[in-house]
Amino acid sequence: MTAALTKSTAHSIVEASPRAKMVAGGLVILYAVITILPLVWIVATAFKSQSDAIAYPPKVIFEPTLEGFVNLFTVRTRQTPDFIAKLPPPETWYDKLVRQRDMVIAGPSKVVPRFVNSLIIGFGSTFLAVFLGTLAAYAFSRFRIPLANDLLFFILSTRMMPPVAVAIPIYLMYRQLNLTDTRLGMILLYTAVNVSLAVWLLKGFIDEIPREYEEAALVDGYTRLQALRKVVLPQAVTGIAATAIFCLIFSWNEYAFAVLLTSGEAQTMPPFIPFIIGEGGQDWPAVAAATTLFVVPIVLFTVLLRKHLLRGITFGAVRK
Amino acid sequence: MTTILQPDDATFPGMSEPAKSRTARPVRGLSDRTIAWLFVAPTIALLLAINIFPLLWMIRLSFTSLNLSMSYLPLRFVGLDNFTDILTDEDVWFRLQTTAQFVIWSVALQVIIGYGLALLINRQFRGHSFWTTIILLPMMLSPAVVGNFWTLLLQPQIGPFNYVISLFTGVPPSSFSMTGQVSLAPWTIVLVDTWMWAPYVMLICLAGLRSIPDYIYEAAEVDRASAWRQFWSITLPMTVPFLMLAVLFRAIENFKMFDMVNLLTSGGPGSTTELVSITLKRAAFEKWRTGYSSALAIILFVTVFGAANIYVKALNKVKQR
Repeated sequence: MTAALTKSTAHSIVEASPRAKMVAGGLVILYAVITILPLVWIVATAFKSQSDAIAYPPKVIFEPTLEGFVNLFTVRTRQTPDFIAKLPPPETWYDKLVRQRDMVIAGPSKVVPRFVNSLIIGFGSTFLAVFLGTLAAYAFSRFRIPLANDLLFFILSTRMMPPVAVAIPIYLMYRQLNLTDTRLGMILLYTAVNVSLAVWLLKGFIDEIPREYEEAALVDGYTRLQALRKVVLPQAVTGIAATAIFCLIFSWNEYAFAVLLTSGEAQTMPPFIPFIIGEGGQDWPAVAAATTLFVVPIVLFTVLLRKHLLRGITFGAVRK
Repeated sequence: MTTILQPDDATFPGMSEPAKSRTARPVRGLSDRTIAWLFVAPTIALLLAINIFPLLWMIRLSFTSLNLSMSYLPLRFVGLDNFTDILTDEDVWFRLQTTAQFVIWSVALQVIIGYGLALLINRQFRGHSFWTTIILLPMMLSPAVVGNFWTLLLQPQIGPFNYVISLFTGVPPSSFSMTGQVSLAPWTIVLVDTWMWAPYVMLICLAGLRSIPDYIYEAAEVDRASAWRQFWSITLPMTVPFLMLAVLFRAIENFKMFDMVNLLTSGGPGSTTELVSITLKRAAFEKWRTGYSSALAIILFVTVFGAANIYVKALNKVKQR
């Protein structure tokens, strides 16, 4: 009894036994391996040749090739072997790779502009949402605002609407304003969606910074804005960074608005990837290559965000 | 300190008179009231422009027979016709039913798997942090991209999924199609959604488990409560608020589900996986029945708003802990 109450043994009571830990570890690792297999398969498909990718039965062992990536970035035309034989020798490795399939590169594909759109729209909307969100969150955190809770609920509720339903009036409005299929239109729309998350998350982060710091600065003769810039913002920088990454991931991944409101000019990657078409249907190695390139930043961000993930996905409701 | 948000106090930052503060503390620069207004206003203005104005416009349109493919026709107001059409349409009710079944099954599975994983991870075996991050990856991906690449995995002949199933059950791999068969497709969307979102429930439940102080278990141990008893009397009750939060979030998100299912099955085969968001998209962006689809969108809004209210209440409850 008394031994159980001393600190060291009291801890061991709650901690699982080595055997229980091993069983738990085994089950979790099993689940993790199963859950990651689909992703591994897609990354593997990115390095398969067209025929290996649609082999029947599916191939686990294959000869890796960069064909998928070449196909993703280029538009090709099929030529007769005679025609190809008459051409000057291929200048680059990808020319060579394409000619082995009796094709010639006709030009670059649309993937780079789409990728650039994703970047511009993602970073643009993230910057705006975090900027607006920081200001609003600071005000909600530090000042008495009438109906603050109602306003906060209003801000959150805009995120509760089904995207397809939101897209109907936005489509009509953008048509009038000539914003359909423009980057500006998409940036504004994603900013509006992200700002609700930014306000809620940042309010949580700013709430955690003791007021005393600012008050001391105010007593020292700082203005509110100076105190915000020199005292609060440096303290909130981790929170702001985490919020920015969450906004970026949303804009990066968003599909419903993108597919309904853009068709070319401002199209981002998610609506583009499923329509990478080769001869006779989807060009799976190219689709998988695009998916791989598209997913890599997300994986990095997930690792970076690990500590703040919980807050982000619950709008700041659960903190650790 | 009086109320802060007064429109007449909203002066331009450059033009405002400094030091004319009505706060208790003497502070130089803009008054707190002005700052508060200036800081909140842009966000509210943006949301009014992008969310509320279009919403009001849509409410107006829901009383019209506007069809964008015939927009040369004059705008005709039809009163509540669109709403009565929708609410008496058996097809719409059927889509709502499909959606409800999808929400219930996917959320239930995610809760079971997510909670189970959280309990296991909470045992803090070596390397648990690394494996947790691996498990979390699916939920960070773009649902559209997920829906798209699962179509490859689930292809009866060239996809690996059917072969794995065949390995365990002996059913020939090309004898069934997960996305093409009426009996399997509804389960396919549940399966992929669960693959993607069980980690979400896990993460929230894990936070719940870690919020339980050790001394409660120590006391239970002293009282010789069995592990089973400890789970039912301590672990479960203390994690219920977290579980509720996860369920509400997932239920709302899945009620709105569009992207993943649109790419995985696009509502098919037939309309077996046609969730209500897909119906809405077809009415609005394929048949261009703007008046009708506006009314349907409003009905969905109201439903989600009801759920959102419950959700915010639960959220506050968890926050109080």
